[in-house]
Amino acid sequence: MQQVFKRPQSLKDVQTHFCPGCHHGTIHRLVADAMDLHGVQERTIGVASVGCSVFLYGYFDIDVVEAPHGRAPAVATGVKRAKPGNFVFTYQGDGDLAAIGTAEIIHAANRGEDITVIFVNNTTYGMTGGQMAPTTLVGQKTSTSPYGRDKSKDGSPIKMAELMAQLGGVAYSARVAVDSPKHVLEAKKVIREAFGYQVQGKGFSFVEVLSACPTNWGMNPLKANARVGEEMIPYFQLGVFKKEEA
Amino acid sequence: MSKRLFVKGNEAAAMGAVAAGCRYYFGYPITPQSDIPEYLSRELPKLNGEFIQAESEIGAINMLLGASATGVRAMTSSSSPGISLKQEGISYMAGAELPGVIINISRSGPGLGGIDASQSDYFQSVKGGGHGGYHIPVLAPNSVQEMYDLTLHAFDLADLYRTPVMILGDSVVGQMKEALVPNPRPVRELPEKGWAVRGKGSEEQRVVKSLFLGDGELEAHNWRLHAKYQVMKEKECISEEFETADAKLIVTGFGSVSRIAQTAVAMAREEGLKVGLFRPVTLFPFPEKALAEAAGRAGRVLVIELNTGQMVEDVRLSVGAAAQVSFYGRPPGAGSLPSPEELLDVIRKNYDQAAK
Repeated sequence: MQQVFKRPQSLKDVQTHFCPGCHHGTIHRLVADAMDLHGVQERTIGVASVGCSVFLYGYFDIDVVEAPHGRAPAVATGVKRAKPGNFVFTYQGDGDLAAIGTAEIIHAANRGEDITVIFVNNTTYGMTGGQMAPTTLVGQKTSTSPYGRDKSKDGSPIKMAELMAQLGGVAYSARVAVDSPKHVLEAKKVIREAFGYQVQGKGFSFVEVLSACPTNWGMNPLKANARVGEEMIPYFQLGVFKKEEA
Repeated sequence: MSKRLFVKGNEAAAMGAVAAGCRYYFGYPITPQSDIPEYLSRELPKLNGEFIQAESEIGAINMLLGASATGVRAMTSSSSPGISLKQEGISYMAGAELPGVIINISRSGPGLGGIDASQSDYFQSVKGGGHGGYHIPVLAPNSVQEMYDLTLHAFDLADLYRTPVMILGDSVVGQMKEALVPNPRPVRELPEKGWAVRGKGSEEQRVVKSLFLGDGELEAHNWRLHAKYQVMKEKECISEEFETADAKLIVTGFGSVSRIAQTAVAMAREEGLKVGLFRPVTLFPFPEKALAEAAGRAGRVLVIELNTGQMVEDVRLSVGAAAQVSFYGRPPGAGSLPSPEELLDVIRKNYDQAAK
């Protein structure tokens, strides 16, 4: 019988610790698939940041450096400058990248570091228990916005993919979602394309992935999944915002 | 034979780094250490190295973390408020056992403070600084030559013990110009960096991390780090003594103030007072045994610092009941350093008490 679907080689054959309905597993698969496609697993150095994604090394069969909260783009800069022949990516959450790490992401992007950033946006701080993130939607209740995010007090959710597209050093910036088979296939294509930019030495590439956090949203996995399409995508529009030609 | 140069302390440290094989520098401008990034921004590109002016001190220390994780020799430099920002990264590097050299040409604080010579970062440097209960070797040069020599030594210590190492200077040693003979002495025998990330190829995965969640894993890690600090205490203490053999009063101080103190001690000797100088060169590990010996013979120790009293605590711990300890501090603010005459006066008073 012909095998049509299998585990990517870059992914270890282990169970993940993620909550039921969490999209990290899907996104890990897509990242591993892109590594396999470009044949970079053996020269990849991953940079894990703080939060649910810190256990990168438990799931990807690659070398990994752990970074302090928000600092992954700076750590990746040091790795890539010292070893320009390696493939280097960071995998960061929204609290990590869009709050504490805004200086690091903006300046690594602006310098045009030849790295790829996978930015997982689930509109909350996951591992710390569902507090308000810079990406939390207006009106969304979290453990630190119990009355709902108030735009006049808390500001608006940051649109990182669009912000990245404004910076001179960025070669590729896109936003995808993983809430439906169609969107997963699109995400797969985009992550492959983003990795291709680094493989060809074209500079900084950035992919924002909209994902669900059922546990902290207080929803069952199906409802959480539906929320991505119903509430997140209308605000965080999908698309490729920058694609520099070679 | 190396030629004799006339350079600033900051430049000497940068030259020492280059001589040590450091090719990666990440930093952010701050007075009074900016000669270091300025020198390296000019020289490293010529050596196929990389100079990056980071977006912040936090960015710089984490770039150092990333570069060091690949096994290359790399460094950063800053001054007191900048070092505060770097403490997060230093703690992570200590936790992940990553080498790297950090130069602190300290200024006076707290807060923005001033740019004059001060030794108010002693506690922050030798007692961990960041969170989590770690130590890093701290070296305190008092001359331009030592800025060079100790920077070379710092890179060896970093690789030997897999630890960040700090050079703690101030605006006097950083900004003064004097003779330097740039003689890179042979490096020590260093272990292979079998832990460095490299892209695994067909080999085993390598992970550089400071997160230990397994049952008992973190406790074991902390005991192992503790054991490493004990080895440093045994093997890596450096100190210098001047006229201590028959001294009845030991004067001690580190870095720039030790130069003034030595002049004052020499003046005291001319007056016939039996005074000696003990200078710790390593502040961590603190040269406890050597100081206790000298202090035990003399019975009295006078600690001089450019602060309100920090190293004096380690002196008291070192000498215990073997000697009486007194302190003379000159925190910055008056816009001047103590003169040799001022210190001689303090020495006389303490000597009279010792004689009583």
